[in-house]
Amino acid sequence: MTPTKTPTAPASPFADEIRKTTCYMCACRCGIDVHIKDGRVAYIDGNRDHPVNGGVLCAKGSAGLKSHTAPSRLRAPLRRTGPRGSGEFEEITWEEALSTAADWLRPIRQDAPEKLAFFTGRDQSQSFTGFWAQAYGTPNYAAHGGFCSVNMAAAGIYTMGGAFWEFGQPDWDRTKLLVLFGVAEDHDSNPIKVGLGKLKGRGARVISVNPIRTGYSAIADDWYGITPGTDGLLILSLIHVLLKAGKVDLDYLARWTDAPVLLKEAPGAPDHGLVLRNDEGKALVIDRRTGQPAPFDAAGVRPDMGGRLVKDGTSHRTVFDKLIRRYMDPIYAPEAVSRACGIAPDRIHALAATLADAAFSEPVTIAQPWTDFRGERHEEMTGRPVSMHAMRGISAHANGFQTARALHVLQILLGTVETPGGFRFKPPYPKPFHAHPVPHSACHPGTPLAGPHLGFVRGPDDLALKDDGTAARIDKAFTWDNPMSAHGLMHMVIANAHAGDPYKIDTLFLYMANMAWNSSMNTAGTMQMLTDTDENGDYVIPRIIYSDAYASEMVAYADLILPDTTYLERHDCISLLDRPISEADAAADAIRWPVVEPERPGHEGVRGFQSALLDLGVRLGLPGFVDGDGQALYSDYADYMVRHERRPGIGPLAGWRGEDGSREGRGAPNPDQLQRYIDNGGFWVGHMPDEARFFKPWNRAYQDWAVKMGFYDAPQPYLFSLYCEPLRRFQLAAEGHGERQPPERLRARIKAQLDPLPLWYRAEAEGDTDYPIHALTQRPMAMYHSWGNLNAWLRQIHGANPLYVPLEIMEQHGLKDGDWAHVTSPHGRITVPVVGMAAVNGKTVWTWNAIGKRKGAWALDDGAREATEGFLLNHLIHELLPPKGDGQRWSNSDPVTGQAAWFDLKVRIEKAAVQPESQPAFPPLKRPPGIRP
Amino acid sequence: MTCLPTTTDRKLGLAIDLDTCVGCHACVISCKGWNAGDDGAGLGDADPYGADPLGAFLNRVHTFEVQPEDAPAQIVHFPKSCLHCDDAPCVTVCPTGASLKRTEDGIVLVNEADCIGCGLCAWACPYGAREMDPVAKVMRKCTLCVDRIYNDALPEEDRIPACVRTCPAGARHFGDFADPDSHVSRLTAERGGFALMPEQGTRPVNRYLPPRPRDRAPEVPMLTPVAEEPTGFLAWLDRALEKL
Repeated sequence: MTPTKTPTAPASPFADEIRKTTCYMCACRCGIDVHIKDGRVAYIDGNRDHPVNGGVLCAKGSAGLKSHTAPSRLRAPLRRTGPRGSGEFEEITWEEALSTAADWLRPIRQDAPEKLAFFTGRDQSQSFTGFWAQAYGTPNYAAHGGFCSVNMAAAGIYTMGGAFWEFGQPDWDRTKLLVLFGVAEDHDSNPIKVGLGKLKGRGARVISVNPIRTGYSAIADDWYGITPGTDGLLILSLIHVLLKAGKVDLDYLARWTDAPVLLKEAPGAPDHGLVLRNDEGKALVIDRRTGQPAPFDAAGVRPDMGGRLVKDGTSHRTVFDKLIRRYMDPIYAPEAVSRACGIAPDRIHALAATLADAAFSEPVTIAQPWTDFRGERHEEMTGRPVSMHAMRGISAHANGFQTARALHVLQILLGTVETPGGFRFKPPYPKPFHAHPVPHSACHPGTPLAGPHLGFVRGPDDLALKDDGTAARIDKAFTWDNPMSAHGLMHMVIANAHAGDPYKIDTLFLYMANMAWNSSMNTAGTMQMLTDTDENGDYVIPRIIYSDAYASEMVAYADLILPDTTYLERHDCISLLDRPISEADAAADAIRWPVVEPERPGHEGVRGFQSALLDLGVRLGLPGFVDGDGQALYSDYADYMVRHERRPGIGPLAGWRGEDGSREGRGAPNPDQLQRYIDNGGFWVGHMPDEARFFKPWNRAYQDWAVKMGFYDAPQPYLFSLYCEPLRRFQLAAEGHGERQPPERLRARIKAQLDPLPLWYRAEAEGDTDYPIHALTQRPMAMYHSWGNLNAWLRQIHGANPLYVPLEIMEQHGLKDGDWAHVTSPHGRITVPVVGMAAVNGKTVWTWNAIGKRKGAWALDDGAREATEGFLLNHLIHELLPPKGDGQRWSNSDPVTGQAAWFDLKVRIEKAAVQPESQPAFPPLKRPPGIRP
Repeated sequence: MTCLPTTTDRKLGLAIDLDTCVGCHACVISCKGWNAGDDGAGLGDADPYGADPLGAFLNRVHTFEVQPEDAPAQIVHFPKSCLHCDDAPCVTVCPTGASLKRTEDGIVLVNEADCIGCGLCAWACPYGAREMDPVAKVMRKCTLCVDRIYNDALPEEDRIPACVRTCPAGARHFGDFADPDSHVSRLTAERGGFALMPEQGTRPVNRYLPPRPRDRAPEVPMLTPVAEEPTGFLAWLDRALEKL
């Protein structure tokens, strides 16, 4: 038979119209083209003009329409009718919902605003939600950074004025060597893939340090399958080898870092180890021209990294002097660290040699003159083409802050930060810690907080402590337990509120945070805390308000639900005031706008959370939300995005400001601003002058441009901090200096671990013998937290999550693929299916994150594999470490930032009988009204 | 039995770079979205929120572990879709003429109007590249986005398969393998692109670019110390700083 005709093309979703907005299927925030047909979303692909993704789009992004139409979408505000945790609700009107919330929150604000704890999860509007919380006056506000990556963010800010992802990126077009540390499918999703493609295209080398060789590590030229929690030790060993060989960028260190800054050496004195400063507060260096001390930024100064000074009987040595004495110590030799890291000494030597070769044998030079902050003109820009990227793999450990610091110190020693071919900041970064606010926590009835909740402490004076020394915040952020908790500790809120420690609260208000499931450690315990009652039969946490777009597990544990829209139905701003999407050469921001209207036929309907929060602010009469007559200042969030000014001329969106839209950065509100964004594809990009593109912290052209754009109000050049002086101030307090003193139980730890030079200590809990195996989770590339399995397409890719077990361990326990195993930690036991794997560190098991679902949630059938086979490792992790016999329960977190140390989990494994479903299993939740699988 | 053309004017197909594919499934879902159509009827999903969701996909990514004798284990992500074979057994086995290979560009298609859903083609394909639509009960397969690549309604730069347009890592390339100067032909020549399972005699058009060698010791000199102790290092430093 011969075919006679060509078939007609398959049904094509050729659009009536393409509407361009911003994706929200993960935190990457790519530009998307939403194809609309007959008023419906027909297809989504990438926006070719967008600075983040340039047209490409990941599986999550393309699957967005299935999340937009998912049956788990909420349809109306809900009021709990059954016991908490049952999932029994009735639909109510928005007026009832908002007046109920206002009636709960009004008296709290008048009496004790701290009794509201307002925490947001995957929030991309923290600038706004924080502004609301500040106006309300509660000190208890943060987003999810405390269990995400605050170690990374804080270490970066304190060391060099920015970290990875939203703060900066590899110089993808010029780098010759990229080293990834602990990066799975992590932020930022598409730019890393695009960048790896570029590197592969020109034969640049990619090295991955990661216990698991999936994803990006799979395509790395070289894989270091490190033992979890030892990255810091490996990095310090690399520093050891590089220093001994003199393979550090001395010119860079002398000019742009605190390496030549003088430190006081007066053991026992209250300023021992602090920076020597002049009367104006400027750090002093020895000028090699004169041999005399001079301010670091004086015109023509040639800082001497080997300088010494005896002044008033006190000797002073440089940071660099201290640094080489620390890291030349043989305890950091590859031969000494090899066993702990699980990497052979010769491979550590080889990695150091590879770094040195890429950095120093082929520098990258751009013929672009520029002038530095000391006034010296440079004819060209020369850099070291080594870049690095790291994420949670090094961050989510109890040594994560110091490990991230160590990594930045390595980058800086090689002269690779803000130089061509290296790592580049993205506006409004770089911004040093001393240009950020300090945290504010003093709270007074009926009164706004005096400043933002979150910030960067300089020393003990900035801690969020009450006069009696107890924590001012419910999460105990910015206390001696974790003084630099710049993102708060969302993971401790429920446990602390349940324990009434440091105090009881009245209302817990959460947004986009699945705390009753995958966003909590100790998941079963968290569910218990949310439902516990006191001796009167009242809930220990009296009221819970929650906003989500979907019927997640957390919905069932709230009393009042404010249903959010999907990301295609809402206004949002991706703001420079918040979590920016800029590129190294340009500032950028973006909007979301309702490309389709939120319709929930037969139900009350949903509202964008930010607009609901604005309404609540008006009902409560919050300053900034109402005028002097109590009238609303903004009609909705879109109106706020356009007309709100944080400082005169500075608003949420930087593009098309000024009454005629001709200004960028600074300018009066422009009533047509959102239309200008829509006309431009949903985003704005403002390029910096060519002269400003590198050496940004020290580059006059960049500093002037940053001021013009409104990132700050005066140029603020600064030196990178190899030495973290704020940490030294906490050590001094622990040594007995100053009025604010740490509790006795913490003195030794602060002295040992809050070291101003990066150090490594074993992160995981004690009990190696009983629990010899590390257990990790990773995000699959096609899934993002719990946002994936409600999606009909994505759940066909990752519908279940076995535990991946090294082949040796499989053999040792007589396990075959598909067998079941008990996995036990000091905190609990799960029973799950296992699959063997070779490309993994031999002491490490792992699984995909948040595939497991509770029956009844997310509008899945009770028989869905996610709810039967799927499981969470969270059940094995506690927010507290096991008792150590010292009478204390230590928090399972980083001692500097409080970051949840969920990658410190250690387990043992035993073969189990075949199970009908993973254990623990929980009773099904009832589905809210209108939700059907 | 359906006949194949003896030759085709062009040989459109994909060059897929296994060195660069990170296994993100972007191509899988972009393909699904485009070919499902605005009403989803183009690629059905049975039981989408149930215990056993089963949807038709024209492109899937498989993941394999490789365990070399002398190197750490490796992972290869392997995207698989129709290879648009010159000797396509899925076409010759078709009893109705619904399966066909186009003379003008070599694309293998299914004329759904004539497909009786017998499934013989899926059995005949050695690559498992065809899937029965669980809802429409007709055979589905990669069309190379024939409704995109010739579509004047799309901007010229978008007249490529959806999977190629979306691939974040740039691991997918589309072009004419009959033209030795095409991008895909040159890539194949430069990178040693190979045909999948040539022993099957299907003469596939698509090519895979192999992973570059991994885990090789870098060809760089090992570092030698300038000093063993801090004091010696400081003396070296002083000399080095003088030279700056």
